[in-house]
Amino acid sequence: MEKINSSERFEKPAVLKAEHLVKYFYEPEKFKVLKGVSFEVKQGEFLSIIGKSGCGKSTLLYILSTMDTDYEGKLTIRDELLTGKSQNELSRFRNEHLGFVFQFHYLLPEFTALKNVMMPGLKLGKYSAAEVEERAMYKLKLVGMDAYAHKHASRLSGGQQQRVAIARALVNDPAIIMGDEPTGNLDKANSQRVFDIFRSLAEENSQTIITVTHDSDFANGSDRIIEMEDGNIVGTHFPKSV
Amino acid sequence: MNWTLAFQIAITHLVTKKKQTLIAMLGVTFGISMFIIMISFMTGVNQFLEDMAMDNTPHVRIYKPIEIRDDKIISEHHPAGSNDWHVVMHQRPKNELPNIKDGFRYMRQIENDPRVLGVAPQVTSQVFFNNGPVQIPGTISGIDIQKQSTLFNLDEKMDEGALENLMKGSDVIVMGKGLAQKMGVSEGDRVSVTTPDGNNFNLKVVGIFSFGITAYDESRSYATLGTVQKILQKDPSYITDLNIKMKNVYDALAFREKLEAELKNVTIEDWEKANASILAGDKIRNMLTAVVCVTLLTVAGFGIYNIMNMNIINKMKDIAILKATGFAGKDITAIFLLQSLMIGVAGGLLGLLIGFLFSYLLSITPFPEASFFRIETFPVNFRPVHYGFGMLFGFLTTLFAGYFPSRKAASIDPVQIIRG
Repeated sequence: MEKINSSERFEKPAVLKAEHLVKYFYEPEKFKVLKGVSFEVKQGEFLSIIGKSGCGKSTLLYILSTMDTDYEGKLTIRDELLTGKSQNELSRFRNEHLGFVFQFHYLLPEFTALKNVMMPGLKLGKYSAAEVEERAMYKLKLVGMDAYAHKHASRLSGGQQQRVAIARALVNDPAIIMGDEPTGNLDKANSQRVFDIFRSLAEENSQTIITVTHDSDFANGSDRIIEMEDGNIVGTHFPKSV
Repeated sequence: MNWTLAFQIAITHLVTKKKQTLIAMLGVTFGISMFIIMISFMTGVNQFLEDMAMDNTPHVRIYKPIEIRDDKIISEHHPAGSNDWHVVMHQRPKNELPNIKDGFRYMRQIENDPRVLGVAPQVTSQVFFNNGPVQIPGTISGIDIQKQSTLFNLDEKMDEGALENLMKGSDVIVMGKGLAQKMGVSEGDRVSVTTPDGNNFNLKVVGIFSFGITAYDESRSYATLGTVQKILQKDPSYITDLNIKMKNVYDALAFREKLEAELKNVTIEDWEKANASILAGDKIRNMLTAVVCVTLLTVAGFGIYNIMNMNIINKMKDIAILKATGFAGKDITAIFLLQSLMIGVAGGLLGLLIGFLFSYLLSITPFPEASFFRIETFPVNFRPVHYGFGMLFGFLTTLFAGYFPSRKAASIDPVQIIRG
């Protein structure tokens, strides 16, 4: 695998900037989940966020994903300040610039794998339906799922569904791909495949990967690890430069 | 908004849940078909009753009432001042003839109006029909047979004999079916009639008619103008009623007002006043139809509302994922609203078809009391406007029923669903 050192990494521009993010939970009682989290992520960086359950790492990811808008602080992605934007603007932004992979695969069960992958592309409306289909097919090939393109999502195994979900996250060529325990529900072999796909996306396409994970193998294969505890960042490691 | 995509997703959802879709659809179908059947039948009944009444009813009727005048004769010569008034105890009506003076001149004058279809003169009097010692009250009307036939279709109401028979002999009458039964007479028999002045006449029955309206059939009889004038011992210019048919029935009110300004010493009545009870019946039936239809459609609407709500609860994860991948709230609303509308349109069209079929079946079903009413099958109307309304109502109901669940779907917070 190609060697990237930290100096190279810092030359690349920051694609995501989080400034002093604070988040409260109100149920069952008021509780400060994030206590002022700030960090930057560079383009093409493969970042893992780790920490114990309840440390706020998933909460942080959903703020970064723009789906959670109830927070204090500032979130900037691709030099665009997203804090305070309307839901409609945010969904448009997500559609174009962000891709998601979740622990549970969340494909639309009534549709084929191909249709699932095409969906965000059709929504974006940048390309014709035929072009979107071609691109979706290409992404499916990228994750090794092109043979199953016309199978219904509900007929696929967990690992296959997760790979289709990754293809869906990629279809609009987003700047950032976010994963919430993308390998959490997968066996060793499938976890490795998902990791390899992420790795190559970061290195070959310069796409940024941000994942929350419990999987230490997965985290140790990334460029940088942010460790969280009690709503704060308590450590940053660069596993590959060690 | 990307309608094609929303439509594709909506269709896929509907097709994968065929049973649920069908049930929601049948709710609308049932509502709309009942609406069509109800409204076709009810307006058919209204039309039938109106026609039945309007055949016999003049659009404008001119007659001379016997009534007590409100103004006192004494006041013509000694007008009451502001502080005194006339009191007349036990006032009686003047002995006036109930005829219209210059009736035939009025008739020709009215016939010249372009709005008038025709005017039929009548001499009507109360009489007793003598059946042995029993006297049966009724009326006898002298008519112009030609005009009565063309304007009021009296010739079509004959059960036995023919109306023309009245012109073939003298001292002949046709009588209502109910009256003939009471008297125990049939065509060719003779009846004895007593006039209000106490004169007795023997008349030959040459025909039996029935209007289908009991009150008429049990009391009325018709003869020629001349015959009745002779019985009443009046001259040939003596007539008591002028019955006017308009070309357009809704001109009647305006025409009545015009006549009231021109003619003195007569009372003029238009059909709306004469048929107030029928019009009230129409209104009640219309109201009833409206209430039942609105209820049916509301029930169908609630059915859709429930099913859409359930549908959205089942689809929470899908909605969350669509929102996560960039679908906005309005896209989600569009997807579910389209589902609801498709259910509405498909169910509505099916409802129109079923409604039409049942209305048609009803319209060819023999009417059980056909011998009494002049009707052979159930009266049913087929008006395209009802079908248009049915479709519109179906559409609006599903729009409303689908709107609120769709809005709810749009406001689902994807983070909550995805984090579990």
